[in-house]
Amino acid sequence: MYRGTYVLAIISCAMLFCRNAEAQRVKGSDTLLPLTQELAEQYIDEHPGTEVIVTGGGSGVGIAALPENTTDIAMASRRIKFGEKMKFAEIGLDAREVIVAYDALAVVVNPSNPVDSLTREQLEAIFRGKITNWKDVGGEDRKIVVYSRETSSGTYEFFKESVLDNKNYMSSILSMPATGAIIQSVRQTKGAIGYIGLAYLNPFVKPVSVSYDGGASYARPSVGTAADGSYPIVRPLYYYYDARKEAEVGPFISYVLSAEGQASVLEQGFIPVLMEEKAL
Amino acid sequence: MKRILEKAVKWLLTASGFVTSVVILLIIGFLFTEGAGLFREPVVEEGYVLVLNKENPVSAMTAAEIKAVFDEDVVNWKDLGGPDMAIETFRLEDVDEYFSAEELGPQYENAGGAIAGLVESRPGMVAFVPGSMIPEDAGVKLAEDRNISPGEVFGGREWFPTATPAPLFGILPLLAGTVWVSLFAIIFALPFGISIAVYMSEVASEKVRGFLKPVIELLNGIPSVVYGFFGLIVIVPMLQQVFGLPVGESGLAGSIVLAIMALPTIVTVAEDAMRNCPRTLREASLALGATKWQTIYKVVIPSSMSGIASGVVLGIGRAVGETMAVLMVTGNAAVIPSSILEPLRTIPATIAAELGEAPAGGAHYQSLFLLGVILFFITFLINMCVEYISARNRAKNS
Repeated sequence: MYRGTYVLAIISCAMLFCRNAEAQRVKGSDTLLPLTQELAEQYIDEHPGTEVIVTGGGSGVGIAALPENTTDIAMASRRIKFGEKMKFAEIGLDAREVIVAYDALAVVVNPSNPVDSLTREQLEAIFRGKITNWKDVGGEDRKIVVYSRETSSGTYEFFKESVLDNKNYMSSILSMPATGAIIQSVRQTKGAIGYIGLAYLNPFVKPVSVSYDGGASYARPSVGTAADGSYPIVRPLYYYYDARKEAEVGPFISYVLSAEGQASVLEQGFIPVLMEEKAL
Repeated sequence: MKRILEKAVKWLLTASGFVTSVVILLIIGFLFTEGAGLFREPVVEEGYVLVLNKENPVSAMTAAEIKAVFDEDVVNWKDLGGPDMAIETFRLEDVDEYFSAEELGPQYENAGGAIAGLVESRPGMVAFVPGSMIPEDAGVKLAEDRNISPGEVFGGREWFPTATPAPLFGILPLLAGTVWVSLFAIIFALPFGISIAVYMSEVASEKVRGFLKPVIELLNGIPSVVYGFFGLIVIVPMLQQVFGLPVGESGLAGSIVLAIMALPTIVTVAEDAMRNCPRTLREASLALGATKWQTIYKVVIPSSMSGIASGVVLGIGRAVGETMAVLMVTGNAAVIPSSILEPLRTIPATIAAELGEAPAGGAHYQSLFLLGVILFFITFLINMCVEYISARNRAKNS
C-alpha cells in the first residue's frame, strides 16, 4: 500500500519535471491568447507529435518570461520597451520580432447616444478630461463618462500612443479590468464612451466613426476599413523569440504567417498581415 | 514500533511547522525588499534621460512637473522658474518629423547625435530619449535625476504608474479609496449583522436557527468574483437609477457588495459570543424582573461586547483585503473621492489589475509590491486589534 503510494508520487514528480522536448511554450498578451490557441490547435492537427502550450498573463509577463527561459515565444500587443530590451542585452539575448496580425480598436458609445463620429482631437480632449459634456461634440447635454482599460494593458498603451498622442489620460478615468466589463458598462451607462478590440464589437454598443484628418474623412471601424487603411486606430500584434531558438519555433511561426494561418486570423476578427501591408 | 512511529510523527510536525514559519517570513522579507526597491528607482523611466539646452537655467524638475510639461499642460518655462520661453517637447517617436531616414542612418546610428544637435539649436526644447543615445561630448545638459522619494509616494495625490517620461506613484488616492469603501461597508454591515446575530441567538427558535445559520454561512462560500459580477449587473444599474448618477460604478456599489460579503463573518462571530454569555447572568437579570428585551440589551450585548467587536474587526479585515468584487464595481478611478457616490480605486484592486503587465523589476512593479506592504500593515493592525480585544475578553471572563 505504502510502496504503491511512493511509486505513484515518484512518477507524478517525474512527469512534472520532464517536459516533452518537442513542446513549444507560448506566453503573453491576453489579446493574442484566443487567436494563438486556435492557431496552435490547427498546427498540432497538421503536425502530429508536436506540442504547443499557450498561456496568457499579459504582454509584460510574456516578455519577462523570455530571458528566464520559461517561454519560447512571447506574445505582445505592444512593442518591446527599451528597459526590457536592455535586460535582454545584459544576458546576451537577441530577441527577434515578428508581426503576426493587426488589431483595430473601436471607440464605442451607448446605442442611445446620437453622436456617431468624432475626430482624433475630440477623442483626445474627451479622454484627457478637457471636454466633459456631450453637447460640446454635437450630442445631448449629458456628462461624458469615460471608460478605459487598466493602466498596464497593451490596449491602454496603444490607445494612448495613437489617439492621445502620448499624453496621459485624465486621472479620474474609470479603468475596467477587462474588455467585457467595458462593454457591460457602456451598455448600461447613457453618457459612456470606451474603446474595445474590433473583434469584441457587438450590437449592445455603438461604434463611432473616427477621423484622423481633422474631420475631412471619417471611417467606421470594420475589418474592411482597417485593412484598406482608411480606419486609423490599428496596431500590430507581435511575437518575440530568442534568435538561437529559430529552428525550434520557426515552423510554428511560419504556419501562423502562412495563408492558412492568416485565414484564421481573419476569422478571429483580426486583420491579416498581408492585407494590411498591401494597404500601406 | 509504536514509539518510533510516535517519534516520527512528532518530528514531522515540528519540521513542517518550522518550514512553514520560515517560508512565511521569507515571503514577508521578499515583499519588503521588492517594495523598498521603489525608492532606489530614478524619477525618469530607467534607461532614459531628459535632455535640455545648455542655456536653460532649469535643471531639475519634479515628476509632476515633467508630466505636466509632456502633457502640454505647462507650456512655458517661466512656470518652472525659468525664462519666459515656450517649451518644446521631443519624444523618440517624433524623430521622423525632424529628420529624414538618411540623416539618421540605416541602423539609426546617427540618431543620438542628430537629437543632441537639435536640442543644442533650440533653447526651449526638452527631449526624452534613451541615455545611451546621447554622445558624451554633446553640447547639451541632462536634467538632474534623483531617486523617487518617500514623500512623493506617501504624500502624492496622483497615481500614474505608466506615465512617460516620469511615472507618478502617489498612493493617497488608493489609500483613501480603500479606507472609504471599507468604512462604508462596515457602516452598512454593522446594524444588519448585529440584528441578525441578536435574532439568531436570542429570539429565533431552535428550528429557525438551525436553518438560518447554515444559510448565512453559505454566503461565505460564494466566490468573490461572483459577488463582483452580481454587483456589476444588478447593484450598479440600480444605484444609477435610484440616485440619478451619470455613472453607476461607485464607492457605494463597492461598499454594498463588501457589506454583503462581510456579513457572515460578523454574524457568526457575534452570535457565538452572545450564545456564550453565561446562563447565570441571564437568569439573574430575568429574576430581577427585567423583560427579555431588557436582558438582551442591558446584559447579553454588554457582556459579549468584545466578541461582537472582534467580529466587526474581522469583517473590516475582509473588506480591506477584498480584491475581485471591488475591482469590478468601483470604477477604479484613481482620484481622492469626495463622496461615496464617486468612482474610486482600492489598493488590492490596483495590485490585481496592474501586476499582470508591469515589466518585472521596474519601478511600477516595485510600487505594486510597496502597495502590498501597506496592505500588509493595515491587515496586521486589524489583526492586532482582534488579538487585543479577545485577550481582554479572556481576562474579563476568567
